[in-house]
Amino acid sequence: MASVLVLVEHAEGKVKKVTLELLTAARAIGEPVAVVVGAPGSAQPLVDTLAEYGAATVVAAESPDVDNYLATPQVAVLADLVAAESPAAVLIGSSAEGKEVAARLAIRTRSGILTDAVGVDGDGTATQSIFGGAVVVKSRVKTGTPIVTVRPNSVSAEPAPTQAQTRSVDVTLDAAARAATVLERVVEEKGSRPTLTDASIVVSGGRGLGSGDNFTLVEALADSLGGAVGASRAATDAGWYPHQNQVGQTGVTVSPQLYVAVGISGAIQHRAGMQTSKTIVAVNKDPEAPIFELADFGVVGDLFNVVPQLTDEVTKRKA
Amino acid sequence: MDIVVLVKQVPDTWAERRLSESDYTLDRESVDAVMNEIDEYAVEEALRLKEAHGGEVTVLSMGPERATETIRKALSMGADKAVHVSDPALHGACAVQTAETLAAALGTIPHDLVVLGSESTDARLSVMAAMLAEKLGLPQLSGARKVEVDGSTVTIERQTETGFDRVQGSTPAVVSVVEKINEPRYPSFKGIMAAKKKPVQTVTVADLGLDAGSVGLASATSEVVEMTPRPPRQAGQIVKDEGDGGVKLADFLAAQKLL
Ligand SMILES: Cc1cc2nc3c(=O)[nH]c(=O)nc-3n(C[C@H](O)[C@H](O)[C@H](O)COP(=O)(O)OP(=O)(O)OC[C@H]3O[C@@H](n4cnc5c(N)ncnc54)[C@H](O)[C@@H]3O)c2cc1C
Ligand SMILES: Nc1ncnc2c1ncn2[C@@H]1O[C@H](COP(=O)(O)O)[C@@H](O)[C@H]1O
Repeated sequence: MASVLVLVEHAEGKVKKVTLELLTAARAIGEPVAVVVGAPGSAQPLVDTLAEYGAATVVAAESPDVDNYLATPQVAVLADLVAAESPAAVLIGSSAEGKEVAARLAIRTRSGILTDAVGVDGDGTATQSIFGGAVVVKSRVKTGTPIVTVRPNSVSAEPAPTQAQTRSVDVTLDAAARAATVLERVVEEKGSRPTLTDASIVVSGGRGLGSGDNFTLVEALADSLGGAVGASRAATDAGWYPHQNQVGQTGVTVSPQLYVAVGISGAIQHRAGMQTSKTIVAVNKDPEAPIFELADFGVVGDLFNVVPQLTDEVTKRKA
Repeated sequence: MDIVVLVKQVPDTWAERRLSESDYTLDRESVDAVMNEIDEYAVEEALRLKEAHGGEVTVLSMGPERATETIRKALSMGADKAVHVSDPALHGACAVQTAETLAAALGTIPHDLVVLGSESTDARLSVMAAMLAEKLGLPQLSGARKVEVDGSTVTIERQTETGFDRVQGSTPAVVSVVEKINEPRYPSFKGIMAAKKKPVQTVTVADLGLDAGSVGLASATSEVVEMTPRPPRQAGQIVKDEGDGGVKLADFLAAQKLL
């Protein structure tokens, strides 16, 4: 059976959820090979989890250099593996950096690339949702090795325990791969909340909040649900919430199990970033707000009454 | 410092966009076309860098004839000249072919920096900076919310989910920008008039030394094989808050096993 390369996303010794989703999708296409690119010692703690989700092989590509460069170490390792194994596909999480790895790999191997897939079939055909979710297309790669980036939360991760073989490969970086260096990685704020793109639940606030201070209502609801906090552009432009949290066409694209829109009208540019969410609920005082066209459940009312009540109710029921 | 700024003409995001029924390529005819919004920020950044460091700003765009409107807009903002890659052979080009074509065009324009947007609103690929850097062997300084140039050293703040990375490379370099970087200027009346006289060089695929057979739909590296309008979402349940809206929402979430 042909192999399928899965680029492992990991942080602090843990495999990110999107990788388990990719392994699940990979099993339908071929034999999953989990590729860990990281600092020395980063692969070993991940092997058990990767095997539990069906990785037949774990490739450890470790080097102290990895963190000093952007995308190029991953590209170098994957390009070597593509040449050596002729895999049926390469699956990568659809984050900003994931897409850049995929992009460079596509050029390096002269292969077709499909980004932001919300599903992948056994023959490597990808399902994509385009134009702010208005159209669903199936696409296929015609040249080289299909390189597909998959949106987090698109596939539900299913365990399929196996014994993983582990092997090591070198990370060889040429001059071009070293052309840009990461001087430092600055964490501006790291709370206990999950990051937006891979959160299963996202609660977003918009202009309806009226002020930055009122975002505490959104945060409290997100915390009660164990979700991440997002914001509309109206809210980030007003400086009520950091730009990093903007959901939409010019912000992050999310595809969680549950998306809660609070005081957001649902402009097409906002929808572009959340339309593929599995369940969408909205609180808005305007019954005509377009967000209700998407909502599986909507409450027409004042968010200052509805949201605190919802937070209390969630907290109570979860206790 | 000579800068090439990449701009793309895209269908207006407010319009109803669609793929053509015949070949599943983007229908660029039936809708209003505008400059890709983030590219306005790219043009602005290029102009600011020129103002600070001297040199020329050249606009580079690949697209149908109509893309001249977008090119003129960039010129009216203050760019000096433009190269327009326009060739029917490019119809339906995939990302890889687009990168190869733009890279070939960049080979004909002297540059210390290539500045582009982080994402186009039609394809939403966010791949071009990485592809061009790979193809040209240049430093990839992507997702910049801040750019600093000191001699031949370029340092950016790259927006990340939790903060930013500081990334550095030497010229020539590829820099893509996010919208947080600046506030694009509006073209002035004088700028609009001046733009009419600025040189726009139109080049074909053959002019760039590329084979027409290797760039368009027929030889694209990927293809759309099926297209369906989004299945209509089942009409949701909308309730009016009668003092128990929060409780009703919680009931719904519980019923969906989301609590
Ligand atoms: C090229 C381009 C790119 C863009 N990219 C993005 C993007 O990435 N993300 C994005 O979000 N937007 C984006 N926008 C902006 C987008 O068009 C909208 O302007 C924006 O999404 C509006 O944000 P909002 O819904 O918070 O504000 P509004 O549209 O003003 O909506 C506020 C809503 O709150 C409701 N409300 C007010 N008070 C209350 C209350 N007390 N209780 C309940 N409800 C209340 C109102 O009824 C209203 O529906 C983009 C625009 C352009 C042109
Ligand atoms: N056909 C094109 N002509 C000129 N620039 C382009 C073209 N396609 C993409 N770009 C540039 O690449 C950026 C990212 O686009 P993309 O990777 O396609 O989402 C855009 O913001 C443009 O600056």
